[in-house]
Amino acid sequence: MMDERFTHGNSLLHKLSAKVKLVVAVFFVAVIAVSQSFTAVTAGLVLAAALFMTARLDLSPAMKRLAGANFFTIFLWITLPLTYGEQTTAVGPLQLSLDGLRLAALITLKTNTILLSLMALLSTSSVANIGHALKALHISDRLSFLLLFSYRYIFVIHQEYLRLTRAARLRCFVPGTNLHTYRTVGYLFGMTLVKSWNRSSRIHQAMLLRGFDGKLIPMDQQAMTYRDIVFLLVALTATGSLILLQLL
Amino acid sequence: MHISEGVLSPAVLVAGGAVTFVGTGLGLKRIDYDHIMTVSLLTATFFVASLIHVPLGPGNIHLVLGGLMGLVLGWSAFPAILIALLLQAIFFQYGGLVVLGANTTVMALPAVGCYYLFRKWIETNGNKRKMAAFAAGFFSPLLSSLLMALALATSDQGFLQTAQLVVAAHIPLMIIEGVITMFIILFLSRVQPEFLSIGKS
Repeated sequence: MMDERFTHGNSLLHKLSAKVKLVVAVFFVAVIAVSQSFTAVTAGLVLAAALFMTARLDLSPAMKRLAGANFFTIFLWITLPLTYGEQTTAVGPLQLSLDGLRLAALITLKTNTILLSLMALLSTSSVANIGHALKALHISDRLSFLLLFSYRYIFVIHQEYLRLTRAARLRCFVPGTNLHTYRTVGYLFGMTLVKSWNRSSRIHQAMLLRGFDGKLIPMDQQAMTYRDIVFLLVALTATGSLILLQLL
Repeated sequence: MHISEGVLSPAVLVAGGAVTFVGTGLGLKRIDYDHIMTVSLLTATFFVASLIHVPLGPGNIHLVLGGLMGLVLGWSAFPAILIALLLQAIFFQYGGLVVLGANTTVMALPAVGCYYLFRKWIETNGNKRKMAAFAAGFFSPLLSSLLMALALATSDQGFLQTAQLVVAAHIPLMIIEGVITMFIILFLSRVQPEFLSIGKS
């Protein structure tokens, strides 16, 4: 589930610096998210699809994620045409709202565009690189620290919780809709909290012993290269032209 | 509890972003380097909570535990929730980047509210603690769903009915979160009472 399966690869997008990709992603997603024009969003979809092809990601897990997100858009397709706005047309026995259909279509386009671009831009970097990129962009040292360390320990803590539930299962615990289940889950999670709290003080002590002074040094320094700058300029121009397309 | 990218209006996105910016700033200011490891691990633990599914009738529901986060972390719940949502955007592409501010506000503001409303009673003994813990677990998803409905309805009048559905759909979660938060707090107060005072410093 959380295996960062898109991080490994050899494409252009995998080689770019996380800093550049983060900037491009935020700008691109912002433009698409607030756009009201079908032309601009469709052009964005083409751009995002091109990025996605460039990243050469595994197609089947990527399609699964798209399908998952479109589960939500199906919900919009069901509700919006029936509930949205005044203007309606009769289709068979149903009164459908044209504005509602239009909105559902626009949101579906946006969702897929943004998802493709995020898979291409964000998921091709490791979380460690994104954390260091946040720091390099001077967003916040502490935030980048939180991101890096909580990411580092999510897997450990999840394993710990799974070990507790395994122990409960061995003692014939069968979850159901009852108070006993909720009490057990509460105690198991409480125990996980206690364990990770105690673990955190051990890690802190271990880090102090190794001379931790609040600074983290990235293992693989990603310097900006010529390639990064060209990509940044091209991507920003393309996204900028989406804004123009919207104004026309 | 995520709002997808592309649904909210620019004004609501900016408002959510601004609240998250201020809240995260306040939260980060309260974390010094002696506590940052604790907050990091609790962030990770609460991320794990969102992977826990508890049965409910024929289906199941995943925990959020925003109320508990508020009680334990106070203002630090803002950066913790921001990080958890960012990780979800990176891992699963849930939510998004520009809507991150709005989503963080929807979850973190009620968490901080629970801290101010119920924290005092958590430190007392007996039934008051039980009730406060249940209330925190109950009100956090309630207020979150109301904020989410507000964000949707102010973005576009047409979302009004969707917004009402959102609140209705969260009612089972409120009850379950209340009960589970109560058991967690009772457990913590017996097993490691020091744990419940870390939000102070």
